Amino acid sequence: MKLVMAIIKPSRLEEVRQALNSLDVHGMTVTEVKGYGRQKGHSEIYRGTEYAVHFLPKLKIEIAVDDAQSDDIVSAIREAAQTGRIGDGKIFVLDLEHVMRIRTGETGAAAL
Amino acid sequence: MTLVKTSNLLGAAAFASLLLAVPALAQDAAAPAAEAAATVDKGDTAWMLVSTILVILMTLPGLALFYGGLVRAKNMLSVLMQVFAGFSMIALLWVAYGYSLAFGGSGTGGLSAFIGDFSKLFLNGVTPESTSATFTAGVEIPELTFVIFQLTFGAITPALIVGAIAERMKFGAVMLFLAIWFTFSYLPMAHMVWSGSGLLFNMGAYDFAGGTVVHINAGIAGLVAAIVLGPRLGLNREPMAPHNLTFTLIGACLLWVGWFGFNAGSNLEANGLTAQALLNTITATSAAALAWASAEKFIRGHASLLGAASGAVAGLVAITPAAGFAGTVGAIALGAIAGVVCLWAVVWLKPKFKYDDSLDVFGVHGVGGIVGALGTAIFASPALGGFALDGYEMGHQFVTQLTAVGIAVVWSGVVAFIALMIVKAVMGLRVTEAAETDGLDLSSHGERAYN
Repeated sequence: MKLVMAIIKPSRLEEVRQALNSLDVHGMTVTEVKGYGRQKGHSEIYRGTEYAVHFLPKLKIEIAVDDAQSDDIVSAIREAAQTGRIGDGKIFVLDLEHVMRIRTGETGAAAL
Repeated sequence: MTLVKTSNLLGAAAFASLLLAVPALAQDAAAPAAEAAATVDKGDTAWMLVSTILVILMTLPGLALFYGGLVRAKNMLSVLMQVFAGFSMIALLWVAYGYSLAFGGSGTGGLSAFIGDFSKLFLNGVTPESTSATFTAGVEIPELTFVIFQLTFGAITPALIVGAIAERMKFGAVMLFLAIWFTFSYLPMAHMVWSGSGLLFNMGAYDFAGGTVVHINAGIAGLVAAIVLGPRLGLNREPMAPHNLTFTLIGACLLWVGWFGFNAGSNLEANGLTAQALLNTITATSAAALAWASAEKFIRGHASLLGAASGAVAGLVAITPAAGFAGTVGAIALGAIAGVVCLWAVVWLKPKFKYDDSLDVFGVHGVGGIVGALGTAIFASPALGGFALDGYEMGHQFVTQLTAVGIAVVWSGVVAFIALMIVKAVMGLRVTEAAETDGLDLSSHGERAYN
């Protein structure tokens, strides 16, 4: 099993959700996060004071998937989240050791 | 003009006018004393009651929201509370001794040029039947109407100072400071400018609705307090962006609406000049909002909402002394000038001198008030469509206005400094560093604005 973790632009969430839905991925966790990569931040001015805003709002999506599905899911997320402009985000894929569904106690692929 | 005297002061004003060769206004206002009993018009009274309510709206919730939106979320409630509690405290002090010290007294000799007396403590002698003069011979308003209208002015002025000391002062220290400053700076200034025996009144200073008494007075006190307190922790190191500009805009709009009562109500009657003052309060404000935002676009690249709202307040401040003196075009010009000059004060002057006037009380009210006071001398000119009083001469009036500004600056500055030293000795001024880092909402008031 893999944990697919993607950092995307907030405006792309609905496209990503639809793309994953069409791959029969029916669960995900979304977190509002802040960060920066190559995009850096921007500046904001309030009356006389200028603030450099280094951390921009992004969304972090986490999905636990079967090994076989993981490549398709990564490319689906990339297609849906891509705008071609700097700041589109990144996708990380991690090995996932163990999963358990709390309600039933099922483990492994059955719990996904 | 709030240059009004209660009826029993009229004789004194006439005496003072002979002695000091004051402008015709004082003599005109004094004249009805010799005539038959004055009439009280229900229309005037109704308008003054509405104006009073409008001015309360300026402070609660207008000013509170305007300031509240500009601070960080962790200090939202502290600002609301300082404005709310400050208003409530001053309302009581006004009834207890404020009105008496501002407008009481026989008006001759001694300290009468600077302060009233204790003859009307707890509104002693003020009844539903007693009346106050207006600017029209033989027309008066109930004295109680005048008392509450003036109460709202006395209450908003200390509340304005809250913006300069936001996010770092002890709540008790704020209250004590405001009480002392109100007693020794607001009341004497109100007396000097608006009472028939007042120094600046008799000098012929033009201050239609309180640019000197309210805005320069509060602006200077704010500047002194900001300097004495020192900057907020982390200034220029950590972000201190306004936490909710939507609140700030709502507050600015409530200020604007309330200001119609403030400026047009200051005519004390409901007539054509009242409408002129109200019109000027729309146009000067609009011009200032656009001027600030346009200048911002030009020098910084964006026309910001905060800029437009700040410009609007700067325009309101500047038109305050001129509301019933400037003509329609003059008001637009005065507003536009104030918008640009106050932007300069906030963007250039403040960083240059490195004082932390948190919400720009000095930059907007102090500087805008001075622009308005001096501008009144110019835009009152009949040649520029203004409504100067008899005997007006621009150069002479400018010097008079400059003198009034100077007196207000020195008086308020000295009183504010001494008041802060007293408060510092009694209880200290600032919260602890830990309390400031946590935010005053939690550390001073034990609650949070947003859960």
